[in-house]
Amino acid sequence: MAVLYIVIPIALVLAGAGLAAFLWAVRKGQFDDLDTPAVRMLFDDDDSKPDQNNDQS
Amino acid sequence: MSMNPAISAGHKADKAGEAATRLDVSCTHCDLPVPRGLIEPGADTQFCCAGCRGAYEVIRGCGLDDYYRLRDAAAVDTNARTPDRLPSGFTSYDTESFHKLHVQPLTSGLCAVDFRLEGVHCAACVWLIEKLPRIVRAAAGSDAGQGVVEARLSMRQAVVRVVWDPTRVKLSTIAQALNTLGYRPHPAKGLSKQALRRKEERKQLMNIGLAGALAGNIMLLAIAQYAGLWGGIERQYDQYFRWLGAGLGAIALLGPGRVFFRGALSALRARSPHLDLPIALALGVGGLAGVVNVVLGRGDIYFDSLAVLVFLLLVGRYIQFRQQRMADDAVSLMASLTPGDCQRLTPEGETETVPIEALMADDRVKVAPGAIIPADGEVLSGEAAVISAMLTGESAPQPVSRGEAVYAGTQVVGHTIVMQVKTVGEQTRVGRLMSLVESGIASKPAVVQRADRIAGWFVIAVSLIALAVFCAWSSVGVGVAVDHTVALLIVACPCALGLATPLTIAVAIGRAARRDILIKSATALEHAVAAGHLILDKTGTITTGQMRVLAWEGDASLKPWVARIEADSNHPIAVALANDQTDTADSISIDVEHITHHRDGVVADTPIGRLCVGSAALMQREGVMLPERWATPASQAEDAGHTPIFIAHDGHIAALARVGDGLHPDAESAIKQAIQLGWRTKIVSGDRPAIARRVGAAVGLAPEQTLGDVTPEDKLALVRAAQQDANQKGPVVMVGDGVNDAAALAAADLGIAVSAGAECSLTAADVYLARPGLASLIELFTLSRHAMRTVKRNLALSLGYNAIAIALAAAGLITPLLAAILMPISSALVLTLAVGVNRPRAISHASDTENQD
Repeated sequence: MAVLYIVIPIALVLAGAGLAAFLWAVRKGQFDDLDTPAVRMLFDDDDSKPDQNNDQS
Repeated sequence: MSMNPAISAGHKADKAGEAATRLDVSCTHCDLPVPRGLIEPGADTQFCCAGCRGAYEVIRGCGLDDYYRLRDAAAVDTNARTPDRLPSGFTSYDTESFHKLHVQPLTSGLCAVDFRLEGVHCAACVWLIEKLPRIVRAAAGSDAGQGVVEARLSMRQAVVRVVWDPTRVKLSTIAQALNTLGYRPHPAKGLSKQALRRKEERKQLMNIGLAGALAGNIMLLAIAQYAGLWGGIERQYDQYFRWLGAGLGAIALLGPGRVFFRGALSALRARSPHLDLPIALALGVGGLAGVVNVVLGRGDIYFDSLAVLVFLLLVGRYIQFRQQRMADDAVSLMASLTPGDCQRLTPEGETETVPIEALMADDRVKVAPGAIIPADGEVLSGEAAVISAMLTGESAPQPVSRGEAVYAGTQVVGHTIVMQVKTVGEQTRVGRLMSLVESGIASKPAVVQRADRIAGWFVIAVSLIALAVFCAWSSVGVGVAVDHTVALLIVACPCALGLATPLTIAVAIGRAARRDILIKSATALEHAVAAGHLILDKTGTITTGQMRVLAWEGDASLKPWVARIEADSNHPIAVALANDQTDTADSISIDVEHITHHRDGVVADTPIGRLCVGSAALMQREGVMLPERWATPASQAEDAGHTPIFIAHDGHIAALARVGDGLHPDAESAIKQAIQLGWRTKIVSGDRPAIARRVGAAVGLAPEQTLGDVTPEDKLALVRAAQQDANQKGPVVMVGDGVNDAAALAAADLGIAVSAGAECSLTAADVYLARPGLASLIELFTLSRHAMRTVKRNLALSLGYNAIAIALAAAGLITPLLAAILMPISSALVLTLAVGVNRPRAISHASDTENQD
């Protein structure tokens, strides 16, 4: 069972990576507004990007 | 973008016959019924006013018809908003002082501004508003290029963040575009406070993430050890797991768990009981004993239970914090809706629009009818009336003329005045009242929440039991005694208590918010339970604060004509007469020429003859006789606090309208219910005692429970006296809307601001009733009663659980495995009860029918 000495640290590092991703998302404000993005993704957006708008005009 | 009655006149004349057959035509833009005179037969689109037509044309012109499809798909209950008429436009948004106050420059020359929008209600609004770049480009012409770079809307807060290029498009153009769509923009206030709290919220969320990850991993390790209890485990691996568990556990306790130690420390310093005390005791003793046991290689460790404890408690607190923050944000954003600019006259006599903050003493300011006076000062020219309802509670408008003093926060009606500013900001009467609010807050009695009070006793009891258990077991051996005492302290941690209370409160606050009751603090719920003193303001709280025609005596066929000639004025009495029209089908859209507005009435030549509408003084000037038959009801109306308005037709009085501040339709039943619930109810008003008593009688209160002529200072004193009343049981609740109530709201155990309240009353109050009327007050009482009953039941359950656990620990039967099983079970049980089972049934009947969720 000596493999435990390697496997558990690896598992902890993986957990740490997940945690780091979560902390990054929180810091970026991904959890600040939970309502608007939920409806925003429903629109079929053709021209939300400003540069595309310029091309069309 | 103004409503033009002339548009309709022609249609009415020749198409009236056809239109009468199709009465229920709804507006293409806002879905409201279209007045008969405006229906265009055969047209695909119908509009109820020029504003809706304008909004529709803008949306169509930009190729954004999808808005209507999306809106219908969303099946929202509210309609698209009608754009407001805006006399002044948004020119002040381009001034330097406005930019200094509200605009943040970004890198690369762009600017950002946050607007609180009126009328945001559904997904289609998000779609339309975020198309702002396209709409502004169409409005400003294509040479403006990409003026607006981005518009991002936060739906819940109705705040849009606009990023634009100031060299290409003016902010006023952007604001005008939003207004045309029916979303009137206001510069958002209170966002810096919000940003601070958002930071705090993010920190809490990160702590929860860390605690969750640690708890999960420690549990995985612990499972290996528990398996070892049966299958056997080699000593080296057992030690390995113990060290790993202790290491992760120490991070959990010292990292995310730090808040409990800090809370306990400040509770000790303040010498007030707090729930953090027993929690910190369990975490501290458990952690310390665990580390010692790991180092010595003997005894039990409880890190899995402790880490889960930290995680769950943090989650409970976060949810409560979030609910309270959302209610508070919504209320502080309400403040954005109060106007922030005024018309200053330059020395050359031109008007410029500046933010109120830029005003100085001796400036001359023009105040248009309907606008709020921005500072204390003196009238230089113009004769108008002033409504001081917010400031003093007086319901009837008072006439002012040259040389008279006017005060900030009051509203001008009738005519434009020019005033000289004497004092600004904190020196004004409103400013001085605000400092009274500060003193009200300072005198507010400190409240210890029920859970905290219990925690105080809990700590003492648990400490005594722990001591007894230690003494009892020390005869067996000191090591055994320490182990059992540690186990006892850990299982005695009131985690169910610490989790259940914040969750129940969060659920109640969320439920209240869905009923338009915004609760800013948890203690508000506790205070609304036991009946105590209920002190109500009159103007704007029990009454609507708006003038209304209360009675009409005489010739009713004149009503539509009176409504027509009063339609162009915004004097409150004129508005009351114009709105008295119940049936739109009778409305007269013919242009009436020669309408002359006087200070006390209107004279007009109409097709049916000469009409005079106004006070007795106007009748005298116009040479109309005032026979005894009309003088008696007029003086009766005056005695009751109403304003009698005479209507003279061709020189003879034909009708009399009683105009006054009407009751909210639900005020009487709400106050009756409050009295039934045991509240000692009182009305205090800044208005004349006669008027206050009349309103009191109308809602069923005795004259001695109705006080008139009450100053803001008196209201504060009344609240304090009620709090010190020796006989009183229960809290002192103050309900009000105006600046004059703010200090009393702040000092009361529970301050409740009602719909359309003044900015500072919103700040001072704990609860804001966003729906007009007093029915929400009773809902709040019922809701609190329910929430507190659930809290009590959960307290009993969790204390019962703790008693059993303590008994087991005292008997020396608790092992880490048993603790790991017992703790989550109790938490899950209480959690289910807090969230799932406490649907308030009494309220569901009352209002869920209209608000299905």
